[in-house]
Amino acid sequence: MSAPTDLNIDHVAHLARLALTPEEKAKFATQLGDVLAYIEQLKKVDVSGVEPTAHAFPVYNVWADDVAQAGLPVEAALKNAPAQRNNMVVVPKVVE
Amino acid sequence: MSSELFYKPVTELSGLLETKKVSSVDLTQAVIARTKAVDTKVKAFNSFDEADALAQARASDERRAARQARGPLDGIPVGIKDVIAVNGQPLTASSKMLANFVSPYDATVTKKLKNAGAICWGRLNLDEFAMGSSTENSAFHTTSNPYDLERVPGGSSGGSAAAVAAGEAIVSLGSDTGGSIRQPAALCNVVGFKPTYGLVSRYGLIAFASSLDQIGPFSRSVEDAAITLGAIAGHDPLDSTSFKTDIPNYRAELTKRKGPWRLGIPKEYFGQGLDPEVAAAVEKAISHYEKLGCEIKNVSLPHTEYGVGVYYIIATAECSSNLARYDGIRYGHRSKDAKDIVDLYFKSRAEGFGQEVKRRIILGTYVLSSGYYDAYYLRAQKVRTLIRQDFLNAYKEVDAILTPTSPTPAFKKGEKAANPLAMYLSDIYTIGVNLAGLPGMSIPCGFSKSGLPIGLQLIGQPFQEAELLAIAHAYEKAHDWASKTPNL
Repeated sequence: MSAPTDLNIDHVAHLARLALTPEEKAKFATQLGDVLAYIEQLKKVDVSGVEPTAHAFPVYNVWADDVAQAGLPVEAALKNAPAQRNNMVVVPKVVE
Repeated sequence: MSSELFYKPVTELSGLLETKKVSSVDLTQAVIARTKAVDTKVKAFNSFDEADALAQARASDERRAARQARGPLDGIPVGIKDVIAVNGQPLTASSKMLANFVSPYDATVTKKLKNAGAICWGRLNLDEFAMGSSTENSAFHTTSNPYDLERVPGGSSGGSAAAVAAGEAIVSLGSDTGGSIRQPAALCNVVGFKPTYGLVSRYGLIAFASSLDQIGPFSRSVEDAAITLGAIAGHDPLDSTSFKTDIPNYRAELTKRKGPWRLGIPKEYFGQGLDPEVAAAVEKAISHYEKLGCEIKNVSLPHTEYGVGVYYIIATAECSSNLARYDGIRYGHRSKDAKDIVDLYFKSRAEGFGQEVKRRIILGTYVLSSGYYDAYYLRAQKVRTLIRQDFLNAYKEVDAILTPTSPTPAFKKGEKAANPLAMYLSDIYTIGVNLAGLPGMSIPCGFSKSGLPIGLQLIGQPFQEAELLAIAHAYEKAHDWASKTPNL
């Protein structure tokens, strides 16, 4: 079953900064077509006047005292960096 | 209960430790030996650090010798899902993306366990980034169900469930976003508890879907679940969604609360797709409650059928946002053949993430993208409100709701791997609880003819964990499913 959908895999993969192989694109288009077809049933629900829920128990205005606290030491914070030099993360050249 | 040390509950072990009949080193060695003996078959662990566990055990024994023991968990090995940070230990989320990541800090739950004297033991396997219902999405290996090695343990916290079921940990921690604690607990004959959203801090839990994720315990008894939950619950300034609420002594409340309770049976959870053996076991458990004098009432949760659809919009939307942080820059996998910085993002993510994670990022990005947000994400959030109201309406008449945890017992490895939608539907009874933010648990309630465990799900009112545990305890007192340990 492949449902009618206007899911443009190339566009969405670009938005997600995710390189997909042609095989992945073809497979995901079919599988997500099925999932989206299943999700279509939500259109049957009357949601007029219903407020959206982002959190089941929203907590508002969470303030912390404005007091400086020790963070991770530099060595610990950089321990997992793929490349580092002079206490900095090394990345490919960004500006020509 | 089995006579082996590694199969004893915390309630018994803490007595043995207290009276010095057993040391924490003895117990930890027994758990390590058991793990070495069976984990080549069960594969619950991604890794474990024997020397570190024994050092923690020696420290516990020294505390006890100095009369400074910190309570029932002091000296008890607690397995930890490999998505919860333990300082100095690997934190992989069972993903290639984090295969070499070592956590530089403790999650709040880890800190609390350590404060309670528990031995943080091993890194337990899961579906990559907790996305899945079988552990087959782990980038490293699939965990086996200890009751049938050809079958899955459930997921995503499959390693946490299997380790407790197989005696490779006394209790363990998992996380539950759409059923990831309760479903594997049901499939592995253990107790699994998902707290009310906000009861347990998420600080140091690798984020999947932040409005749904909660950490909770696996154990071989309800009382052990109460002890472990009590150790990890409580407000945390480091998690702005954590709730300020009093944490009762859950263990003491177990025997104080005697019912009889009004228990709701939602007809929507007993329809098409429910395995007849699961239905029979759950109905038998319901009639036990009736014998205890509980009032059994039919209730309706009319929006149940939309739960899976709402979940796969909201959870994927949140995951596409949360997983944007894995860009190959500051930590995690970095591609070696990127030609510039943007290419580095694309290739690092393509190489680091597995199929299910990519699929969900694509779906989540799509439902949040310009032109589709209202039709999918906003509508899903509104239907989420209706699902939540269904439960709150039911709670006007009942104290808790009883359902099957999973529509079927453990399925075979590979059976649903090629069909994401079929896999998603295996969470149909657990997802509503996360969407509504409620506490839910699974307790063992029988076995199929072929010897596969079956779970009963109990769903409670917000922040009424003590009541829910007491209801579960009332059933467990008259049944001894935990004594049926797997043949390994």
